[in-house]
Amino acid sequence: MSLLKIKNLKTYFHTRAGTNRAVDDVSFSINKGEIVGVVGESGSGKSVTCHTLLGLLPQPPARVEGGTVTFDGGELLTLSHSRLRELRGKRISMIFQDPMSCLNPYLKIIDQVTEPILIHEHVSRQTAEGRAIEMMKKVGIRDAELRAHSYPHEFSGGMRQRVMIAMALVTKPDLLLADEPTTALDVTVQARILKILHDLKDDLGISVLFVTHDLGVVADIADRVVVMYRGKIVEQGNTRDIFERPSHPYVKGLLACRPTLETQYQTLPTVDDFLQSEVGADGSFILSERTDAKKRLAGLQKQLKCEISDKDNPTTLLQVKALKVHFHSGGGFLGKPRKTIKAVDGVDLTIPKGQTLGLVGESGCGKTTLGRAILRLQESKSGSVLYDENELTTLNRSEMLGFRKRMQIIFQDPYASLNPRQTIEQTLTEPMLVHKIGSNHSERRDRIVSLLDEVGLGSNFLLRYPHEFSGGQRQRISVARALAVEPEFIVCDECVSAMDVSVQAQVLNLLRELQQKRNLTYLFISHDLSVVKFMSDDMIVMKNGQVMESGNAEEIYKNPQSEYTRELLDAIPKSTLSG
Amino acid sequence: MLRFLIGRVLQGFLVLFALYTITFFLAKAMPGEPFTSEKNISAETKANIRKLYGLDKPIWEQYIAYPKNIITEGSFGISTSKGRPVIDIIAQSFPNSLMLGLCALGFAIGIGVPIGILSAVRKNSWIDWSCMAVAMIGICIPSFTIGPLLQIYVAAHIPGLKVAGWGNWEDILLPAFTLGLVSAAYLARLTRGGILEVLSQDFVRTAHAKGVSPTQVILKHTLRGGLLPAVAYLGPAFAALISGSFIVETIFQVPGMGQHFVNAATTRDEFLLLGLSLFFGLLIVVMNLLADLLTGLLDPRMRHSGGTD
Repeated sequence: MSLLKIKNLKTYFHTRAGTNRAVDDVSFSINKGEIVGVVGESGSGKSVTCHTLLGLLPQPPARVEGGTVTFDGGELLTLSHSRLRELRGKRISMIFQDPMSCLNPYLKIIDQVTEPILIHEHVSRQTAEGRAIEMMKKVGIRDAELRAHSYPHEFSGGMRQRVMIAMALVTKPDLLLADEPTTALDVTVQARILKILHDLKDDLGISVLFVTHDLGVVADIADRVVVMYRGKIVEQGNTRDIFERPSHPYVKGLLACRPTLETQYQTLPTVDDFLQSEVGADGSFILSERTDAKKRLAGLQKQLKCEISDKDNPTTLLQVKALKVHFHSGGGFLGKPRKTIKAVDGVDLTIPKGQTLGLVGESGCGKTTLGRAILRLQESKSGSVLYDENELTTLNRSEMLGFRKRMQIIFQDPYASLNPRQTIEQTLTEPMLVHKIGSNHSERRDRIVSLLDEVGLGSNFLLRYPHEFSGGQRQRISVARALAVEPEFIVCDECVSAMDVSVQAQVLNLLRELQQKRNLTYLFISHDLSVVKFMSDDMIVMKNGQVMESGNAEEIYKNPQSEYTRELLDAIPKSTLSG
Repeated sequence: MLRFLIGRVLQGFLVLFALYTITFFLAKAMPGEPFTSEKNISAETKANIRKLYGLDKPIWEQYIAYPKNIITEGSFGISTSKGRPVIDIIAQSFPNSLMLGLCALGFAIGIGVPIGILSAVRKNSWIDWSCMAVAMIGICIPSFTIGPLLQIYVAAHIPGLKVAGWGNWEDILLPAFTLGLVSAAYLARLTRGGILEVLSQDFVRTAHAKGVSPTQVILKHTLRGGLLPAVAYLGPAFAALISGSFIVETIFQVPGMGQHFVNAATTRDEFLLLGLSLFFGLLIVVMNLLADLLTGLLDPRMRHSGGTD
């Protein structure tokens, strides 16, 4: 019997720009003791669905336009505010994506975990604290009695998410709504959190609605899967069925475009290889499968990763030796620094011309600092960076300028790394002016037009501002900006991490295509091992500022030498039930 | 914590010393001199008076003598215009200003903070709009306009209340209201902004998802963080309020410290000027330190990093 039944749910956002049908006629149900995964890209309406259930959306602009939600026999959507509050945190609990911002920084952990008990049950504070600590132990917080009296900022991301889970489950709810609970976490931490959720589900007999953009996570944890696209459900069914026999072209595309450790393609398939959408007469989308999808896929599969022909005698472009970057923290006025953080602690690496070195590690391992130190965006403490046989670390500003033209960087967040007050043309012109490329305005404009064309954008975008673009388009602009000075070497710092898988595939394809065309050399930094493997010839694994393992990417995946690499590989959700 | 305090106290001394240096040389750069008067004083008498105050010595000696006297004798010099020790003048007038300032502050917090909270909770409603409009007016209208207007109104409509003077407890009401109005208006705006900022945070959504009632969401989850900007503002604002306002004290005839700031400058009374500046500087330094400590109390993340700097 189903615990939660959603029928024809419609939640629209009414804004001045028009009506956004965020959730458009969605129906599915969750049985007792079942985990249902709701999967979709950003803007698919998966989170909105989740928030609608508990009435957590700001209204206006959001409005529930229709449908029913039955929870344990009673209707949720028409409940009064006070009746709904009785359910929230008691029978239906929720955990959110970012454990850093979802806990109140001003209150002690124990006060936050006991709060739902004290609101909903008439028990003494002492009993509540006892239960809170018991639940905190259950989710794997060691020394819970002691740590309960700390504040959230004294916990790591993974620990905070455990606190969130403990807080949500402390009242023994019937239903847990989990909105991207592991998205902001490292893979190893994610694996642990997923295990905790899975164990607790059996232990407490709760049902879970698990919202995520990551198909791999769903494959690991969910009994059934609901796939959403642009506010509608495109497919739902048993997890195994969906992964093995997806019927909707979008789901097929989604499954294929995600690089996995087994991927052998030279170019990733994208959702567009499967799906074509038309706008119907009533303004809604009509999705259909491309007739030539099979042919396209076969074409891609033929282009297997080819061995680089001049691999026998590659010239070294970049060589880093014993590089160290240390940060000092603590100590205010007149005080000595209390703590030294060794962000990069003696790293060696070599990148041959025209190849890609993958750099993988979890947050805080020093990978980003290393990338920045190589470009001297961050001063290093000691060690050497040899670029094309020139020592970079001792150069002064003006001497470095010449190398800045040859070395570029693409950042993670395309929203933050483009100046919102500059048009695309200004953004792309600036580096050319700095490096005196192009003799006059029209010559530079011609170059920009061809650059935009190269990254797959039209010249009609020239006078637009960054906010008018989607995340994928913005990252293409960032790529174009890096290419504007015709560099040989690009540091890609988590440059696809903030993207949906379908967009990620397009950007990765673009980067590879550009590499071949322009003979570029990449340092590709990412926390995602599958992506790094897809991109790289060689790779290094970093932890705590040091290199744990380095070598041929293929070899490392087949036969990891260090314990840490094995742990990382094991933690990756096994998305391919189909193999 | 102790380390933080010691650091801040040392820092405070440096600030005061810098303040002293700047005031000292500015005072020396002022045209004219303290002993100019309509009466004809012989050059010899003048020289004697200068000698009495130690103004005949080379400027560097004077520069060192003043702080030396503070440390060895606890003396802030003798006012050249009043002929009394500076410390006496401060001791006599500061309590009045302190009293007035405390009342003004109590008024500012009592009115400003609740209005700010109300505005934030009823964001974009007519309550919010009108509160913020009144606050804006409060900031814009100077006290030399509000003060006299109040006096005229009180004189015409409230018989028992004096429009100026100092002595009875009710005499403090009008100047405190006038003095506190601007701070109340600032506090209202800062509180509203602070609370709205916190209300937009993810952890407020978490609180709603736990079933916390709207009132508790504000009181328990939002207020502490929302008051931080107001607290940061209150440190220096408090020091300014209790050190006296020339305008308000003149309008309402309060024998406070504010008048001396102006008089010291117009009479070239450099010792009084130095004494008052240092006293005001000390107040600012202490109040800022208190505000930082209070910030640490409200926000646990600030505790170990040592304040807001």
